[in-house]
Amino acid sequence: MNRIENAFKNKKAFIAFLTAGDPTFDSSFENIMSAVKAGADLIEIGIPFSDPIAEGVVIQGADLRALKSGMTTDRAFELAKMVRKETEIPLVFMTYLNPVFKYGYDRFFAKCKEIGIDGLICPDMPFEEKDEADAFAKKHGISIISMIAPTSEERIKSIAESAEGFLYIVSSMGVTGVRSEIKTDLASIMESVKKYAKVPAAIGFGVSTTEQADKMARLSDGVIVGSAIVRIIEKFGEKSAPEIYKFVKSMTDAVHSI
Amino acid sequence: MNNGRYGDFGGQYIPETLMNEIHKLEEAYEHYSKDPDFIAELDKLNREYANRPSLLYYAEKMTKDLGGAKIYFKREDLNHTGSHKINNVLGQCLLAKKMGKTRIIAETGAGQHGVAAATAAALMDLECEIFMGKEDTVRQALNVYRMELLGAKVHPVTTGTMTLKDAVNEAMRDWSSRVDDTLYVLGSVMGPHPFPMMVRDFQSVISREAREQILEMEGKLPTAVMACVGGGSNAMGMFYNFINDKDVRLIGCEAAGRGVHTGETAATIATGSVGVFHGMKSLFCQNEYGQIAPVYSISAGLDYPGIGPEHAYLHSIGRAEYVPVTDDEAVGAFEYIARTEGIICAVESAHAVAHLMKIAPEMKKDDIIICCLSGRGDKDVAAIARYRGIDLHE
Repeated sequence: MNRIENAFKNKKAFIAFLTAGDPTFDSSFENIMSAVKAGADLIEIGIPFSDPIAEGVVIQGADLRALKSGMTTDRAFELAKMVRKETEIPLVFMTYLNPVFKYGYDRFFAKCKEIGIDGLICPDMPFEEKDEADAFAKKHGISIISMIAPTSEERIKSIAESAEGFLYIVSSMGVTGVRSEIKTDLASIMESVKKYAKVPAAIGFGVSTTEQADKMARLSDGVIVGSAIVRIIEKFGEKSAPEIYKFVKSMTDAVHSI
Repeated sequence: MNNGRYGDFGGQYIPETLMNEIHKLEEAYEHYSKDPDFIAELDKLNREYANRPSLLYYAEKMTKDLGGAKIYFKREDLNHTGSHKINNVLGQCLLAKKMGKTRIIAETGAGQHGVAAATAAALMDLECEIFMGKEDTVRQALNVYRMELLGAKVHPVTTGTMTLKDAVNEAMRDWSSRVDDTLYVLGSVMGPHPFPMMVRDFQSVISREAREQILEMEGKLPTAVMACVGGGSNAMGMFYNFINDKDVRLIGCEAAGRGVHTGETAATIATGSVGVFHGMKSLFCQNEYGQIAPVYSISAGLDYPGIGPEHAYLHSIGRAEYVPVTDDEAVGAFEYIARTEGIICAVESAHAVAHLMKIAPEMKKDDIIICCLSGRGDKDVAAIARYRGIDLHE
């Protein structure tokens, strides 16, 4: 059984997103390890990008802080390697296509395999454009995680049928960020996802409270939380680890008790 | 065209949230671009509202002074709103109406596309919101007020470098939150398919007219056509109907800023490499890790770290040539054409004029150059004065 499948085994999964190098290399390592110790089932490590068009202001801020602290694709691999030494938790990279393209698809996925990264999420690589990267991802056994949005409609079938790892269900229109209310009819989206998908599906975008996490996890196989975690780092800087532990613990408790 | 690709360039690299909408736009454009009523309506707007056809003007004094090729200017600066941008926005706003949209959004650098979009929106009763880098709202304060007069709301963008690329980022973010009633009216031959094709088609009126006009005036095709290139819409419009005329040289003039070796440049072909950004695979100014580089040019309209995919393709197959032109050269040309021909052109267009001044003297007297004057330069007068160390107080 691969690591990603394991994350969803016999339970709802809590997925935490953190940006590599936010606000520094060392503190981002501590923050990731806090999330792991607090019971997160999968970690999305963001490789910062100068122009993250699918992110709201909170994660844009993380990208800027990380790039300022000297984070690069190579340094993100170093960070992931340190995390992998400590734990067998599934790790996926989340970044934009250009850093991956520029690194070279073959070289990027080979490095992922060498270090023990399980997947890649690229919000600007839709279904129609994923083949060129996917050929190399498959060669090295890395899953490209596909996204489904509230506007996907009849596209759900083809995306879900070919999905690997897990499916990332985008809860709302627009960009990432904390939302007070999620209005999309996720129940009907999940219904058609389940009809076609062979992999689990987790809901992300806008989830920040235990109540929302509970609600989203009941609708799906797991919950993805990014901006709410990054907001803690925005506030506590290099001293975020204990706060992240507390927050992730409350979220995993909520999700795992379903 | 196959699936929005120009060789390996182009494509649709955008978030899933926008994919269905972009497909709807593709279908709508496919339908209406062949619809005789749509074509007639757009043609009427071009003639009766935008002042088309634009003049092809023989610059006799410059021709004599430079002493080489015969010089013609395609006068897009004489269009309504003062630049070629009106050609594209009339087409896209008309399409937005046909698609049942009630709101448009647009990015703008110098403000020319923003002003044009706000104008077309006013004419066609569309709600209009413009995203403009905060830096540019300061450089082009007059254009901000102009857009507001036209009924548009202008959002100063404070993220990143606060210039054109950040305005595009913000417009894409806005669009992904609101597709139902909104069309993103992209201002250049860039972004995801179908924008590069659609904007090129709407701008190709420039070379369609110019080709007929030069044949009528000279009885032969030009030796070269040239234009400035940021994203590349006036250049694509100027090149398009000459691409199959293999003997006509196509020359794009990029903004080199303080020079291609200074790091303060926006010359994508000269300094960029292949990447995937803003929905397209093309050439971009970026670092070794694919982070998009800050770019610089005196011209806010050319201050963009990428170039349209069809230009990247024309460059890769050697069909078009691209040359860098510095701030200094552009300002010199801005002043020269004002003095010599009595034309104050946009500082963007002055980049093409500057290169024209280099190549015309080396050419023969029976050679012909057509240079696109993409816009008028009223908006740039204060910046040029500043560049020359003159402080204008009113």
